Amino acid sequence: MEINSLTIQSALDVLKKKECSARELVAFYLDRIEKIDGKINAFLTVDREGALQQADEADSMRANDVTKPLLGMPIACKDLFTTKGLRTTAGAKIIDNYVPPFDASVVGRLKEAGAIIIGKTNEDAWGHGSSGENSDFDVTKNPYDLTRVPGGSSSGSAAAVAAGMCLAATGTDTGSSVRLPAAFCNLVGIKPTYGRVSRYGVIAMASSFDTIGHMTKTVADCALVYETTSGKDLFDGTTPDIDVPSYAKSLGKGIAGTRVGIPKEYLSLPGMAAEVKAATQQAMKTLGLLGADIIEISLPHTEYAMACYYILVPSEVSSNLSRYDGIRYGHERSAFGAEAKRRIVLGTFALSAGYYDAYYKKAAKVRTLIKKDFDDAFGAVDVIMAPSSPALPFRIGEKSEDPLAMYLSDIFMCPVNIAGVPALNVPCGFVDGLPVGMQLIGPQFSEARLFGVASAYEAATQWHTKWPKT
Amino acid sequence: MAHKMAKNMKYETIIGLEVHVELATKSKMFCGCPADHFGKAPNTITCPVCLGLPGALPVPNKKAVESTIMLGLALECEIPLESKFDRKHYFYPDLPKGYQISQYDQPLAINGSFGNVRIRRVHLEEDTGKLQHATIEGEAVSLVDFNRSGVPLVEIVTEPDFRTLEEVDVFLKKLQQIIRYLGISNADMEKGSMRIEPSVSIRTLKTEELPLYRVEIKNINSFKFARKAIEYEIERQTEMLESGEQPKQQTRGFVESKGNTAAQRDKEEAHDYRYFPEPDIPPMRWKSSQLSAISRQIGELPDAKKGRFMKDYYLNDYDATLLTEARARAEYFEKAVSIQSSVVSPKAIANWIINKKIDLEKVTPAQLLDQILQSTQTTSVSDNELEKIIKQILSENEKAVEDYKSGKDQALMFLVGQGLKSLSQKGNASIIRERLINAIKSSAQ
Repeated sequence: MEINSLTIQSALDVLKKKECSARELVAFYLDRIEKIDGKINAFLTVDREGALQQADEADSMRANDVTKPLLGMPIACKDLFTTKGLRTTAGAKIIDNYVPPFDASVVGRLKEAGAIIIGKTNEDAWGHGSSGENSDFDVTKNPYDLTRVPGGSSSGSAAAVAAGMCLAATGTDTGSSVRLPAAFCNLVGIKPTYGRVSRYGVIAMASSFDTIGHMTKTVADCALVYETTSGKDLFDGTTPDIDVPSYAKSLGKGIAGTRVGIPKEYLSLPGMAAEVKAATQQAMKTLGLLGADIIEISLPHTEYAMACYYILVPSEVSSNLSRYDGIRYGHERSAFGAEAKRRIVLGTFALSAGYYDAYYKKAAKVRTLIKKDFDDAFGAVDVIMAPSSPALPFRIGEKSEDPLAMYLSDIFMCPVNIAGVPALNVPCGFVDGLPVGMQLIGPQFSEARLFGVASAYEAATQWHTKWPKT
Repeated sequence: MAHKMAKNMKYETIIGLEVHVELATKSKMFCGCPADHFGKAPNTITCPVCLGLPGALPVPNKKAVESTIMLGLALECEIPLESKFDRKHYFYPDLPKGYQISQYDQPLAINGSFGNVRIRRVHLEEDTGKLQHATIEGEAVSLVDFNRSGVPLVEIVTEPDFRTLEEVDVFLKKLQQIIRYLGISNADMEKGSMRIEPSVSIRTLKTEELPLYRVEIKNINSFKFARKAIEYEIERQTEMLESGEQPKQQTRGFVESKGNTAAQRDKEEAHDYRYFPEPDIPPMRWKSSQLSAISRQIGELPDAKKGRFMKDYYLNDYDATLLTEARARAEYFEKAVSIQSSVVSPKAIANWIINKKIDLEKVTPAQLLDQILQSTQTTSVSDNELEKIIKQILSENEKAVEDYKSGKDQALMFLVGQGLKSLSQKGNASIIRERLINAIKSSAQ
């Protein structure tokens, strides 16, 4: 069995055919983490004992004909997801000893579906970052090139799945944090519609932007996990009571006649890497060959998106981080890292009396305009296709001294969070051995369609089968 | 004292109130923990939400929102069709999230009035934990008890419409009564479920504008102390003005042991709370049908009930006021009156409830009626005497007679009561009743 190439679908098949037990499968992954993660730093905590015990339970359930959609599947969680009895740090020193007394709703749902939480992954502290370099612990490396970043903030989750240390990993996406690492690590990553997946128990970054996603190797795996995690949660008042369709059923259908919009503002961005642009145009062509109608559209307020994002998000960040007040959790506020401090100061300023109207309130108005851009666009197209990142995965240290350059890696992604609409990153090429990703963006609650288009594209290409040699 | 009075003649006191009331809902404002925290062992009713643990989210308590709207309606407020929660940031060890979920610019109820006092707003928020300062093993420590954290708290803000202590007193007592009537809180000051923060300032008489400062007084936990604190402030500020000083905008704390107030915070040190809309809770939007459903739950309020008691049961102002003081007492009275077989007049029932201090928990209304009947001495009264009295009653109480004829049984009770009164409680109520009925019947033929 070539473990590196397993997907959730094929692993479920392996277990079903009794080619190996869940315990053996989980042990394979735990051993692999032990063997290679010293080079990659994807995990902050590995729960060997707990994972093996859950694997035994999965085996006994399977022996008793219990069927569960993810029974025995080893999954890693970004360290923003609180896990009962398992240390949860948010990638931040200030809570490096925190062991939560409860599971995040999504963690509970994954466990209920039979998944095995094998460990907690590294990340930019609190989700603040696009490279993984803002972790208060070690820097995670890109499995395709250990001198480059895996993308952030869900850096460890992306690296763990890409390097074959688990079959799927959860992430959060507030501005890019699932899609960018998925793009840099050749994965399918979903940024859900705001409110589609419960935020309860996921440590908050910017509450009105945070979405709870995950990364997998294939579209089918992504859809399967999404069926488990999405839906109303009584513990999160922002999850509407809208039925969860069978996302698996939306796969494998043709896309003839699907209207795919290409935002002209995105491809004309100065500073867009030529090779990334070329890969995106190639993917556009492929979608056209599959029968989609490619239509140029406009998102006229794009140029204001980053400014809007970097006022509203730090405002909420400054509020959400105020609970780490130095009284509980064992560390004083001076233990916050540089990026957290930067955002606390920015946000506190933007919310202060006398500045609120000029900053927070104005940005909130811009938010409405950007939302409207997307609403208008979806009047004419079914999905929007856009590059995920303007550039290839960059070298560790290349942007860490320049926060503004780092912020701009998210330029195609933050508008999606501002609008609250769903998006997928789908692998769409390689340049010099480094992955390139594209985004498929849809109107609210249109994830089924996104999976459909992504699966048609995936079936026509081979990018998702190209794995790093680690 | 006379000296002080003379001084005060030149000035007018301006008082506004902020009143906090803990709602008696089953669960807390944003989680499932029980809201009743009084007397519980520290930190025994907490959960990730009210402890503000990382990742926990608030889900608003529908009942608490409805209770607040109900109070807003009872205070004749407008209920805007849209409302929302906001975050109010400040640092304090008893505030586990570093912010309090409150309401800023879109409270649940606005622009009401209660008596002569205008109500600026009524909004809903969460209570904080409580600090306890103790000595443990010789070391002075501060401990936090989070039992109270997240208990629903209503804030009622009046306009600065009070000019005297007496007006404040009447308002607070009526407010407490109405809150208890609505059944939304015990509004018990000693237990901290009702807290008062008066703002006091002084202006010279005949001035139209409000003074440019106000002194907010915190740390008051009884009606008595509210009075004391305001009295002290009036005196302090008047003396300042007299000696040519200008009182400062300030927050002061009432010091129980000394009966005075002490400065806590000046205007320059005022918090910047950095309010912004609470992103974890969607805004609330009301349909008018929802509001009218809440309005129907309000029931009869004390003033209306008192008026009805006077009219329906022929009670005087004094009796009706005392009976309607608390809703339970009023309901008990009406239950006793409604027992059809009884021949005891409402007035007699009222007298017993008021004067004999009946324990309403222990004595049922039926038992009360028995007690009243048994104690009514029945001595023989001559037929002639009775006849005379019946005639007299009928001629003196024409309205009650007409009421009875038009089907109002309570009017008969009243007439029986008059009979008993004339006979100095010596008559037999059922005989008087029978004679009255016969007399009215024969007069009708």
